[in-house]
Amino acid sequence: MKDNKKQYWKGLEELKNDPEFVKYADKEFPEYLPINNRSTEGDEAVGSSRRDFLKLMGFGVAAASLAACEAPIRKAIPYLNKPVDVDPGVANYYASAYVQGGDYCSVVVKTREGRPIKIEGNKLSKISQGGVSAQVEASVLSLYDDERLKHPYINGEKATWQDVDKEVIGKLNSVSGTGGKISIVSNTVLSPSTKAVVEEFKAKFSNVEHVIYDTYSALGIRKANEATFGKAIVPSYDFSKAQVIASFGADFLGTWISPIEFTKQYSKTRKISKGNAKMSRHYQFESNLSLTGANADYRSPTKPSQEGLAVAQLYNLIAAKAGVSGSAVKIDGVQHLEKAANDLWASRGKSLVVSGSNDSAVQAVVNGINQLLGNYGSTIDIDLPVNYRQGDDTQMNTFVESLKQGGVAAVIFLGSNPVYNHPKGGEIASALEKAKLKLSTASTMDETAALCDIVAPDHHYLESWNDASPRSGTYSLVQPVIRPLFDTRQAQESLLIWAGNNTEYYEYLRNYWNTNFYANQSSQIGFQSFWDKTLHDGIYEHKASVDTTDADDTVSSSDETVADISQAFAQIQKNYKADNTGIELALYQKVAIGDGSQANNPWLQEMPDPVTKATWDNYLTISQAMAAELGVAQKEGDTNLVNLTVGGQSYEVPVVIQPGQAKGTVGLALGYGRKNAGKVANEIGLDAYPFVTTLNGSISYNMSEGVTVEATGKSYQVARTQTHQTIMGRTILQEAYLPEYEKNPSAGRSFPKIATSTGKKSPYDVTLWKGHKYENHHWGLVVDLNSCTGCSACTISCQAENNVPVVGKEEVLNRREMHWIRIDRYYSSPEGASEYKDLEKAADNPEVTFQPMMCQHCNNAPCETVCPVAATTHSSEGLNQMTYNRCIGTRYCANNCPYKVRRFNWFKYHDNRQFADVNTSMNNNLGKMVLNPDVTVRSRGVMEKCSFCVQRIQAGKLEAKKEGRRPQDGEIDVACASSCPADALVFGDMNDPKSKISQMLKLDKTENGVKVGEERAYHVLEEISVKPNVSYLTKIRNKDVADKEA
Amino acid sequence: MIKRKNNALVPYLLSYPLLIIYLTFLTLFASQANVYAQEGDSGISTDPAIIAQGKTMFEENCRACHAVDRKVVGPALKEVYNRKDLAWITAFVQNSQKVIESGDQYAVDLYNEYNKTVMTPFPFLKDEDVAAIVAYIKDQTENAAVAEVAEGGEGAEVAAADEGSIPSNYLTAILVGLLIVLILILAVLGLIISVLTKYLREKKDLDEIDREVVEQKFGLEKVLKSPGFLGIVVFIFTAIVVKTIIDGLYTVGVQQGYAPTQPIAFSHEIHAGQYEIDCNYCHTGVTKSKNANIPSANICMNCHSAIKTESEEIKKIYAALDYDVATNQYGPNQKPIEWVRVHNLPDLAYFNHSQHVNVGGIECQTCHGPIEEMAVVRQYSNLTMGWCIDCHRKTDVNTVGNEYYDKLVELHDSKDALKVKDIGGLECSKCHY
Repeated sequence: MKDNKKQYWKGLEELKNDPEFVKYADKEFPEYLPINNRSTEGDEAVGSSRRDFLKLMGFGVAAASLAACEAPIRKAIPYLNKPVDVDPGVANYYASAYVQGGDYCSVVVKTREGRPIKIEGNKLSKISQGGVSAQVEASVLSLYDDERLKHPYINGEKATWQDVDKEVIGKLNSVSGTGGKISIVSNTVLSPSTKAVVEEFKAKFSNVEHVIYDTYSALGIRKANEATFGKAIVPSYDFSKAQVIASFGADFLGTWISPIEFTKQYSKTRKISKGNAKMSRHYQFESNLSLTGANADYRSPTKPSQEGLAVAQLYNLIAAKAGVSGSAVKIDGVQHLEKAANDLWASRGKSLVVSGSNDSAVQAVVNGINQLLGNYGSTIDIDLPVNYRQGDDTQMNTFVESLKQGGVAAVIFLGSNPVYNHPKGGEIASALEKAKLKLSTASTMDETAALCDIVAPDHHYLESWNDASPRSGTYSLVQPVIRPLFDTRQAQESLLIWAGNNTEYYEYLRNYWNTNFYANQSSQIGFQSFWDKTLHDGIYEHKASVDTTDADDTVSSSDETVADISQAFAQIQKNYKADNTGIELALYQKVAIGDGSQANNPWLQEMPDPVTKATWDNYLTISQAMAAELGVAQKEGDTNLVNLTVGGQSYEVPVVIQPGQAKGTVGLALGYGRKNAGKVANEIGLDAYPFVTTLNGSISYNMSEGVTVEATGKSYQVARTQTHQTIMGRTILQEAYLPEYEKNPSAGRSFPKIATSTGKKSPYDVTLWKGHKYENHHWGLVVDLNSCTGCSACTISCQAENNVPVVGKEEVLNRREMHWIRIDRYYSSPEGASEYKDLEKAADNPEVTFQPMMCQHCNNAPCETVCPVAATTHSSEGLNQMTYNRCIGTRYCANNCPYKVRRFNWFKYHDNRQFADVNTSMNNNLGKMVLNPDVTVRSRGVMEKCSFCVQRIQAGKLEAKKEGRRPQDGEIDVACASSCPADALVFGDMNDPKSKISQMLKLDKTENGVKVGEERAYHVLEEISVKPNVSYLTKIRNKDVADKEA
Repeated sequence: MIKRKNNALVPYLLSYPLLIIYLTFLTLFASQANVYAQEGDSGISTDPAIIAQGKTMFEENCRACHAVDRKVVGPALKEVYNRKDLAWITAFVQNSQKVIESGDQYAVDLYNEYNKTVMTPFPFLKDEDVAAIVAYIKDQTENAAVAEVAEGGEGAEVAAADEGSIPSNYLTAILVGLLIVLILILAVLGLIISVLTKYLREKKDLDEIDREVVEQKFGLEKVLKSPGFLGIVVFIFTAIVVKTIIDGLYTVGVQQGYAPTQPIAFSHEIHAGQYEIDCNYCHTGVTKSKNANIPSANICMNCHSAIKTESEEIKKIYAALDYDVATNQYGPNQKPIEWVRVHNLPDLAYFNHSQHVNVGGIECQTCHGPIEEMAVVRQYSNLTMGWCIDCHRKTDVNTVGNEYYDKLVELHDSKDALKVKDIGGLECSKCHY
């Protein structure tokens, strides 16, 4: 029955059949259900006493008498002057742009009664193309962070803006008068008008320096491009044109440079159909198993110390084909490297080699490879630079040195937090007191702001006017969607005031756009209409500048001669080793937490990491071999602490045994260990920024020497969701290799048959049920496993849309996370591996599959039949409805759900002090502003699950009815699908033959029901014939069949 | 005329007399229009179609500030066509400020007379639209007397309508009559029995058994103590108690009849009833939003910047807006008005006004009752789920001219019209999510 002979597992616990895992796997809920006393296991807390009885009785009496009273008086407070555009109960949408350091995403913000509640992607943007990431989705909750600064501070005391201005201007004048140096320290500034403001500030005071650093530096690329092309820029990459992709440690789908944009492009090359059985082939060489590595067709675990050599070797291999001389720098034994070289060469001009290294030598060789392959002008556009990473590590180092020597008289931290997120943060912290004026515009009292005399808090981006230029010729406006919540002031406005310019920043911005952009365009007549159009669309593209840069093509874009990179090879020879024996530490950013600037966002903290499935923690990822060596054991929920020694300093860190981790390496995430982020994030995990080193003149996130790991024998719990809701070894993933698919479009599909008295039949032909008739709509969802990258933007989007609570680490450990859509990450071992030894080996570098799993809205739903109170029922539009007010919490439905997608409210998560520090969106008045008013906040004791965003369906239908028409396809979309940057989820009406979903599934209505024509489409667990309305498309890997056997 | 009853039939009953009144009006107007149809002079049409058109436009655009026979915010429009010619009126309606700025003496005087209240410009009203409105005004002016007659007619109709509801009184009378008849019959029967007993007692030739029957005393005590009687009494008692408890439980949280005192004594009776201001004029969200919206104070000020400026209640609005009547200026110390919510649905129920009013075409009164007669708003319906469901079972879907429903109507094979319940109106997730 199992057509696919691979074995899938979610975690090593499952692979090894750990007794602890088996114990939990059978049970929907853990045996031990601590409710009274959640953290201690003492006997005293268990059982009820006479006192409890009295308390309960007292409560009962009180409740009964309360119920008898009249309902409390509720007030209705209308506007005094209703704004024309705001109708209570009707959502408004405003285009804006998410800008966080150099990260950019064009967004549309949904507001209700004047408060933003949800971020959607802006489909008009050619960069993010309607996609968003988990961080972007979660940013709306950061707006309502109660720990944002509510007013300015002078020396830690509350102050007024007048006092701040007086103080700052006075100090700046005195510093400037004596010729002292003023440094403005910021992350990458995407906004051209902000740069103009800084220029204005520079003009006013004599000795001003603008220092830019990035929390994750890409200086190596810029230096390499300067060496190769004479332009210190980051080029734009186009993965959609690449048939073969080789990435050396660049996590371009997760965190590298512009992941949303790259995911959009990449996913276009992963869409596959019968007529068009073409997809890109992706090689990944990396040490930690990253999100990108998990999506690669061929992944080779490589140590950081070998990375340079591997790149050099690839150069040699390609140079040999091109007939160019290679170099003497080489390495043998890197898996798949030759294969990659062959494939790259075969699709020259349509391939792409990228590296996440910040070493300019490595990047120079990567440039060389791309030149040999003729990729410039097709997949890389050196003439269309992007602005995401402008940081200059050298400049920052000079600043730190100068600060230490007292050479900086005044320092303004423009939204940056180098004390935390710069490797020299400690040095900056201790040297800061030497400056006469220390000022931060941070919006929280972060690590840097806490050391400043003056804190002039900036608005949140959703309260600000701003602009952004993600790449040359493309501009975005940022507009406020809510009045500033607190007494904060836009940092640009502060700078203008201090520079003696009293123009409001809004006016300044308009003037800037009027002079710089309006004049250069001709499509709009009149500045106001140009401004309105840009504000409405959220983006403005300056076509002329985009085109002309192509025209004055002076650099060697099409030039095949490769720049001299012998210098680079020499450096690589010096800095990299093929046979380093010591443990190497590879630092990385997590998809959710990133550089840690949004760490105080509980949605992001609780989002399971796409790969490790861990929440609320930082941990050392180690390989199985190392775990065995150290004697570290990892059981269900339990792991060990180890002593990590870096540069002589020791730290205790929990470990997570990570399949696919390169042997001899350990991985640790940045962005944790915040001290001043806020209640949610403070002291979670270890801060890895101090481990960042310098290599070849720029920051390096890898340490090849001086790293030791020792077991401590102490145990520790990391809250991981990976083995929660397990599949019990059933065939729920169906996949094939591309050559198989080319031969047979239904390759990899499983067609279960069940025995009946009249022979074997398809389970769908045998049924007890009468089935449902869908006359109006029939909603369905298709999940393309081949496109899904596992980025988890959908999880957060769903959380924001449906008021899903955050439960905290403790409760995740109790297997009670509440996410309605989870991304199951499966490892798989090759076919034929049945021996334990083989499996063990397979776990060293397994294939990875991501499977988004949400309520399948079964037509023969097992949950519906067992509910004793009919709280879960079927609708006439194919939805499996969950009625909270009817639910009495028997949990029978969850027990009977084959997909384990139902979530039970073990606690009242709202207005409950116990969860005040984790579930901030439901426990303080400010946080509650983010809640979607159309969705009920569930209370304790009720079941909940994915509703197919029924509120959106109802709203969409109503809109159509008001206009007297049928809803158009795409008009009604669920939150997960609308946020997906890979377009892996498609939602629609299966009754509408013109809808995208009908065409994707090739639905054909016959007399015996609807037939699915698409060969790749399958339902999970078809054998139990629950007939879900969610279909999956098989995963196709672009691998040779020969690679199938281990 | 209206007894408060706890069923949704009342509005239907109500609508009959209203319908009659309306029809009467129509007939009267039609006949009057016919009489004057030939008299068209001074370019003002007397075509009933145009007058009807003018009426609609008058009600949509003008009635908020103008009436024909009395001063409201703006002047009474009676005989306006005699005061100024149509061209002038058109210009003034389309943009009054322009006319005033042009120095037109009449316009300037008017502007000053009305406290420099700017009349909203109506640039979208075309010349013929204004002409139609003027035609309607002329019709109204000249037919005022007739209208008065019509009002009298209305009174008569109301009386007639009152009579229409009398049968329920008849019913009581009949019942009482029947009861009296019953008692009379009982008395007669008793009389016959006593006469018969007396007669039998005097007879001597009765046997033992018959005598015993005749001699038998009517023992009330015995009846009271009989198990049958006790059983019945206990059963009735228990049934009443259980019914009361269940009814009581069903009304927990039901606030039917709830009529809290509001911070400002706003009367729907005056606004919606007497002045017939359209509900939409103030409740702006009712056709586009889930909320009908409690009107914002600026809507009140459309009229009350000029009307009843001395009223204590209106002064509360001024206080909220920090408005100075003398200078027509709004100050900075504005404070929102905290109305008391009358209709409170639980958070778990989703209700959308626009679905019912805009798509369903339901009258406000269907759920809110005779709101135009309420000086203080009270919760008219009980707003329980049973009440919602009941209506969804009975109500036909308003499918006419709405393409959304075309296919559903086609597929609906029953003889009955398409009800809300037939398209999923009873499903949980239509209201609970």
